[in-house]
Amino acid sequence: MRRPAFRRSRGEGPFRFATTGAGVVVLAIMAAIAVFLIVKAIPALQANTSSFLAEKIWTPNATEPKFGIAALAFGTVISSLLALIMALPVAIGVALFISHYAPRRLAGALGYVIDLLAAVPSVVYGLWGVIFLIPFVQGPYTFLNDYFGWIPLFAGDAVYGKSIMTGSIVLAIMILPIIAAISREVFLQAPRALEEASLALGATRWEMIRMSVLPFGRPGVISAAMLGLGRAMGETIAVALIFPATFDITFKVLSNNGNSIAANIANGFGEATPIGQGALIASGLVLFVITLVVNTAARLIIARRKEYSRAAA
Amino acid sequence: MTMSPAVITRVSFSRRLKDRVVLGLVWLAFAVAVVPLISVLWLVIKNGIARFDLEFLTHSMRNIGARDAGGGAYHAILGTLEQVGLAALISVPVGLLTAIYLVEYGQNRQLARSISFFVDVMTGIPSVVAGLFVLAFWVLVLGLGYSGFAGALALSILMMPTVVRSAEEMLRLVPNDLREASYALGVPKWKTITKIVFPTAFTGIITGVMLAIARVAGETAPLLLTVFSTDSINEDPFNGPQMGLPLYVFDQAQRPNVTAVDRAWTGALTLILIVMLLNLVARLIAWWRSPAKGR
Amino acid sequence: MAKQIEVSDLDAYYGSHKAIEGITMTIEPRSVTAFIGPSGCGKSTFLRTLNRMHEVIPGAHVDGKILLEDQDLYGPDIDPVSVRRTVGMVFQRPNPFPTMSIFDNVAAGLRLNGRISKSEAEGIVETSLKDANLWNEVKDRLNKPGAGLSGGQQQRLCIARAIAVSPAVLLMDEPCSALDPISTLAIEDLIAKLKNDYTIVIVTHNMQQAARVSDRTAFFNLAGQGQPGKLVEMDETSKIFTNPTQKATEDYITGRFG
Ligand SMILES: Nc1ncnc2c1ncn2[C@@H]1O[C@H](COP(=O)(O)OP(=O)(O)OP(=O)(O)O)[C@@H](O)[C@H]1O
Ligand SMILES: [Mg+2]
Repeated sequence: MRRPAFRRSRGEGPFRFATTGAGVVVLAIMAAIAVFLIVKAIPALQANTSSFLAEKIWTPNATEPKFGIAALAFGTVISSLLALIMALPVAIGVALFISHYAPRRLAGALGYVIDLLAAVPSVVYGLWGVIFLIPFVQGPYTFLNDYFGWIPLFAGDAVYGKSIMTGSIVLAIMILPIIAAISREVFLQAPRALEEASLALGATRWEMIRMSVLPFGRPGVISAAMLGLGRAMGETIAVALIFPATFDITFKVLSNNGNSIAANIANGFGEATPIGQGALIASGLVLFVITLVVNTAARLIIARRKEYSRAAA
Repeated sequence: MTMSPAVITRVSFSRRLKDRVVLGLVWLAFAVAVVPLISVLWLVIKNGIARFDLEFLTHSMRNIGARDAGGGAYHAILGTLEQVGLAALISVPVGLLTAIYLVEYGQNRQLARSISFFVDVMTGIPSVVAGLFVLAFWVLVLGLGYSGFAGALALSILMMPTVVRSAEEMLRLVPNDLREASYALGVPKWKTITKIVFPTAFTGIITGVMLAIARVAGETAPLLLTVFSTDSINEDPFNGPQMGLPLYVFDQAQRPNVTAVDRAWTGALTLILIVMLLNLVARLIAWWRSPAKGR
Repeated sequence: MAKQIEVSDLDAYYGSHKAIEGITMTIEPRSVTAFIGPSGCGKSTFLRTLNRMHEVIPGAHVDGKILLEDQDLYGPDIDPVSVRRTVGMVFQRPNPFPTMSIFDNVAAGLRLNGRISKSEAEGIVETSLKDANLWNEVKDRLNKPGAGLSGGQQQRLCIARAIAVSPAVLLMDEPCSALDPISTLAIEDLIAKLKNDYTIVIVTHNMQQAARVSDRTAFFNLAGQGQPGKLVEMDETSKIFTNPTQKATEDYITGRFG
């Protein structure tokens, strides 16, 4: 068998080498990330005098270092999930609005507004959260706490405003654009023929959307939600400014609690000793693994959908 | 449905109602999404404009006391421009060449498939983890210290996958006809790529690169761990701690004085302006190209 | 300049799928050879083996021998890139380079293959456009994008681009199928003129066109569904169209199948 042999042209070899080399560099970077994080985490993990997975407190700078990921991982997951629960319905609504409800002219402009929302740096949201949102939510929190405090979720001391809930609200605002943008994309891809077929059957617009757009878009929306979740988990600065940096595992989302792996890295880095830095790196590894799992799940769903839509084409 | 031959009946009330309710909900969702954006932009402009003056843009925070007004973000703006510029200088060539490999040479090779997979993984790396990596590798293992360049390394890890993906998409949009036309003229593959395929995809690629730059320009967490932070001007990105604009906002926002918070708002305003400007340029390039496509 | 092509026992594959099998033929210089046959019988595939464009497709390869005069195109030390410089090609759909002006399009092959001076390029561009019967239409707008021309003009631009590198052979794969009758006639006239200098091979689904422009005609056919395409017969065009040897050829030409 002959291979396409462009071997004679000078320049072909070096160019091909450069492109392949660049690709290999990407692989090398990924390998280096894994290797160096692990290498720097190990000494700290060895110095740890308690269980890294089960321990809640974080005192790696003490002479007897004690630190564990439990409370931080819990905070990361609960605040991100809460953010997703708040963002997802709104994002789907926004996506539907742009893809099927807004006048065509407006739709393009609204798409830009969503992109704009995505372009605002997270530190700005953090600043907004600290200066504006925290005082703003104190009233509503107190109200919820006073009247619905019997629900465990709203129990605890809710007057501070710095809480899991506040962080989640900011996270929700931050992940909304990406979920909305991807969902809009999949809604727009819904086969027109199917939509017209249901309209021709006398369906109202909502019935048409429910019958032909939503089922078609479901896998895309699910994976968009997962990608959003991954983003929320890795988000650092905004929540570092908002969370009160406690180390409890609690579902009292309005109380003066809250922390996440990323926020802890940002807040704890300044005074970290070498062991402390190693401990933070170890926590970063955990964050990396969690987001990797979430993102991979999202990508698998997208890949499945692609196969499906190709078969349908 | 009941059989009512050839009579146009109105859609039943409950179905119309449902349709209306959903319409309302969809509008509501949109309003809910836009309110925070307006609130953020409004507060940033309102609170930021007060200190958005020449002093802010031309002075650092050196010798500014804890409660003093005055001072500025010159050192931070300079740092951000240097760090982002260096990050682009690193990630754009690597990213573009990788994209070219994936589209033009990779075909279905095992290597191409694993690169593609790891580019996806890289896309999902939380920015703080990229910062931790550079901290571990550059600062702790190699002992090269905190510097603007270390920050640029972290930012380039975040930029790279975006550059690869957007360039890849643009290169795949180039019709295969053009490649074949060039091959048929006896043009070698690498020249076909550099002189025919790449120029055809160029504006699209530039747009992608600008958006990637805009995205990392606002990153704070990786800088926190790599460039450290300083109140003075450090023009040299290769030596010693620097400042970055996002870091400046973070730093000032944590200080307990009104004067610092004012500076944080102004820093946020400046940052948003820079990011929006980059976005705008990217969109202008994309827009400028699209009508030409049809012609 | 024009050269003879001798093909012997040629097979072409896409991966493990054999698209054409056992093709043997001689293509005469300074003449037009037409390839006809039902869709999917491998005309394009065969045409693309003649300038080694076939192997650009991932997994595609060729078995057999093609001699250009006395040079084996698939010889071990032959660079496919240089083969394509000698054997030019025009495609079904006009494909001018969108980022280039009309001038740059015609000069592309020369410039990308090595440095040439501006005046040299100007001379070659002018003669190529004249040879392609396009000069008068575009001489005032050589710096405008090539994509701004009409379909027929674009196709002639592509022909000018192909002949600018002065190949010995010109392969054309259904060059008129995307064009209106007037542009088609313009291209047919052009082919008649070009055959004085080049060996021309043209694939066409238009029997009248084959009869009008070609000196010799080759008829390809599929032995059956999923089987490789084969050369059924090849002869003087007048003979093929009036008195073919094979029944299949007659059936195809008279429109009984295909
Ligand atoms: N890129 C490809 N990959 C795999 N198989 C291919 C490819 N191109 C063509 N084939 C197959 O090779 C066979 C011959 O195709 P070819 O395009 O040469 O036919 P053709 O005679 O030119 O047809 P048409 O008259 O429709 O242009 C067909 O069975 C086709 O499916
Ligand atoms: Mg064909």
